Amino acid sequence: MTDGALRDRAAVVGIGETAYSKASGRTELALACEAIARAAQDAGLSVADIDGLVRYDMDPIDEVALTSHAGLKNLRWMSQTGYGGTGGNAVVVHAAAAIAAGVADVVVCYRSLNERSGARYGQAATWMREEVGGFEAFQMPWGLLTPAMLFGQFARRHMVEYGTTSRQFGEVAVALRRHASRNPRAMMQKPITIDDHQASRMIADPLRLFDCCIESDGACAIIVASAERARSLRNPPAWIMGASQGSGTRAQGIVFRDDLARTEAELTARDVYRSAGVGPDDVDAVMVYDHFTPFVIMALEAYGFCPIGEGGPFVEGGRIHFDGELPVNTHGGNHSEAYIHGLPHVIEAVRQLRGTSTSQVDGCEIVLSCSAVAQLSAAVILRKD
Amino acid sequence: MLTGMPRPRADLDTQPFWDGVAERRFLVPTCGLCETPRWPPGPMCPSCQSQETEWRETSGTGTVYSWVVVTHPVAEALVEQVPYAVGLIELPEGIRVVGNVLGVDPAAVRAGLPVRLVFEDAGDGALLPNWTAEEGAS
Repeated sequence: MTDGALRDRAAVVGIGETAYSKASGRTELALACEAIARAAQDAGLSVADIDGLVRYDMDPIDEVALTSHAGLKNLRWMSQTGYGGTGGNAVVVHAAAAIAAGVADVVVCYRSLNERSGARYGQAATWMREEVGGFEAFQMPWGLLTPAMLFGQFARRHMVEYGTTSRQFGEVAVALRRHASRNPRAMMQKPITIDDHQASRMIADPLRLFDCCIESDGACAIIVASAERARSLRNPPAWIMGASQGSGTRAQGIVFRDDLARTEAELTARDVYRSAGVGPDDVDAVMVYDHFTPFVIMALEAYGFCPIGEGGPFVEGGRIHFDGELPVNTHGGNHSEAYIHGLPHVIEAVRQLRGTSTSQVDGCEIVLSCSAVAQLSAAVILRKD
Repeated sequence: MLTGMPRPRADLDTQPFWDGVAERRFLVPTCGLCETPRWPPGPMCPSCQSQETEWRETSGTGTVYSWVVVTHPVAEALVEQVPYAVGLIELPEGIRVVGNVLGVDPAAVRAGLPVRLVFEDAGDGALLPNWTAEEGAS
């Protein structure tokens, strides 16, 4: 990776979202088409102006469907990113790289899913089959079935090694819900307290219900454009300063990693800061993939906002609230706004830079959107025009 | 032993392990060249890229590295079976394997708890390796 190779070569110029709900009553294709059209409209572009596309490989809607139904008729570059939670930022990495390489000029990235009314990620039936092969044959026969059970192993180990507490996980939940309570798009708007978190039922001890993200129906999309194109459009560009993806070891069979109290994101963090030419002290707000609350804590450690192991105390006392020292997920995140697999985090980063967040951070000029999934991770740093 | 869980399907890379289980032996795939053990079984040594594999029987002891206690029945098959503890058992070879922690109240499981290997009928006549707290362990 060359430092600065992606710096200011592209910008996020359009954002689009459908309503988020428990039951959309619409196909995932209809949702994807709407989100993409809205993002193009927001950018002041026609869908026909889009010449590049990046999808999550888990997305039910592919590029060929969109050429037939969404009016994407001028695609000349198409790509996809592997696995789930890393995707929200990974798609931006791909788009920025394609634009810097000159193979596309206006790239759409999207995610569409009826994950609440359809196959719910939190239900074992989504993942269970009568027989399992590969690495799953070494997990599922013992009842290790769902994301909460898998990622709970990491949360437990963080507690064992560093003394992190469930109440500290609760600090994250309270902050995210407070932000959602100020966001009319959010599915969960009723504020909660630490006591509410502690009273919520255990799902996979140590993870309680309020440590888990919600399940949602909906779609969202962003448009990334070249620097030249971005300057001519209606919105102030959210400039991509740097971007990175990282695998670490064992993205398949994650519980077999050497160290479950840390994540691969330490590598992603090193690369994104080198790529952008800034450091954690320069960041005004952080959007972090919050599949489970402990991973906000582990991400803040991995991306250098506090030393490894000190994330628990770090999130106490309102520090990560929008009016705190390091605002995190000012839209409410996967936890309380909607679970559209992390792409709304990039959208919220753009809102912060446009000054249009419902929990606006004063003087917000640089935002890190990142993940420490404990699988694959990706990160982007965006700056104000 | 949990019942109604997915059954393991062997493939060419993992068949020797399941053959061992049928004989009540827990075989750890170990690099035939650099002797690094690996888990779960796979075709190549991630350390030295050799595809020579030796299957070495483990001693049958381990300790709990991490675990969750599943309390919410996310599948019909679990309704009568929660709570149960499932976690990572560290073996003397340095690898960690998934197993249930048996013979102890799930709420009393802790990091470092000594466990020993047992083989249990998974409900269909096939055996599964599992782990039970050493007597007197606390």
